[in-house]
Amino acid sequence: MRETCAGSQTVGPFFSIGLEYLCAQPDPATVAGAIIVRGRVLDGEKQPVPDALLELWYADGDGHYSDQTGEGASVPQCLPRGFARIATDAEGRFCLGLQKPGRVEMGDGGKQAPHVVVLVFARGLLRHLITRMYFPGDRANEEDPVLQSIPARRRATLIPKQDPANPSSLEWDIRLQGEEETVFFAW
Amino acid sequence: MAGKIYVATPEAGTQPEFHHPPYASSVARSPRQPLIPLLHTASERTGPVFGHRIVRPSDSDLTAQHAREPIGERILVDGRVLDEDGRPVRGALVEVWQANAAGRYRHRVDQHHAPLDPNFTGAGRVLTDDDGHYCFRSIKPGAYPWRNHPNAWRPAHIHFSLFGSGILSRLVTQMYFPGDPLQAIDPILNSIPDERARKRLISRFDIERTEPEFALAYCWDIVLRGRDETPFEEGSR
Repeated sequence: MRETCAGSQTVGPFFSIGLEYLCAQPDPATVAGAIIVRGRVLDGEKQPVPDALLELWYADGDGHYSDQTGEGASVPQCLPRGFARIATDAEGRFCLGLQKPGRVEMGDGGKQAPHVVVLVFARGLLRHLITRMYFPGDRANEEDPVLQSIPARRRATLIPKQDPANPSSLEWDIRLQGEEETVFFAW
Repeated sequence: MAGKIYVATPEAGTQPEFHHPPYASSVARSPRQPLIPLLHTASERTGPVFGHRIVRPSDSDLTAQHAREPIGERILVDGRVLDEDGRPVRGALVEVWQANAAGRYRHRVDQHHAPLDPNFTGAGRVLTDDDGHYCFRSIKPGAYPWRNHPNAWRPAHIHFSLFGSGILSRLVTQMYFPGDPLQAIDPILNSIPDERARKRLISRFDIERTEPEFALAYCWDIVLRGRDETPFEEGSR
């Protein structure tokens, strides 16, 4: 007989006590070849969410996910490759640097477009949210099975805006509710 | 040709709704658009693996992180992390945080008029062993008031964050203590519609696990989604 999974409860407003130690990450500006993603988490009243926590999971440049622990002796070097945890600041902002992931195989011969799995936790969220971030201008987006499964008018919520003067600088807001609500997935 | 395989959704009533008005903060922060069924791909089947470098031995004893012992009722929290088939989840990273015995968090946002304890941070972490077992030592957290509605109080609880065998098994939840009268009127615990599912978040007092003349013991097993859970095929629901 299968057991029922434990119920989720909100991360609450005080999660930094227990979770912040993993938020350390290298300064995005110093990561060679990194794409910098800046954005905000916003609520249904367009107010910034200053107590949100994001977790990212993404493949390497060849489209493979790490199954190894990190190599270093301390955070962040001991984190598994492809994982990051970031808390928003007082204005609801976040900033991260990452190497663009490759295309992950679907198992049926097809491949997904490069993407990052993003989990969103916050006070007020009784369960965390799951979304994805894709990369603007990537032609693979047009054939990505997950992106294409989303109603066309909502797909843009998963694709950051690119700075025309600096293609490695992206801007991506996560809107929990309201106009242009970000697409979240059922799990 | 086989249909597309999607991520399964939980048994009805066993998880909270996102929009739960008795919990005021959920009103402006919960999505209102329908959630989109998610294809079950390597991106969902995999997840980060954490090693022993993440945790130090002192991380599992919240009473031994300062010069002196914290004030409060010493407790052991002890249990196993299992998947839906009852198999142990090995090497699961369990992170915990909590208020002190007076119901105050060591956090700049917590304005509750109760004392901080210089000998208590309230954070710990541990990796499960080969049997899925975890254990940490702490003090029993106090109940505390919050501003959700007039005269609102949270029942005593410890926050838990867990990583299982893949990103879909990720869980953040709260563990409660048996016999707490505040549970019946707590909007957060009661956001889970199913009573049995709510009761599974309440730990069990276990005299056998108690350390005589030292600490009381509360046992709590946690079931996470498995890596190979039964997904559903397109058109099957």
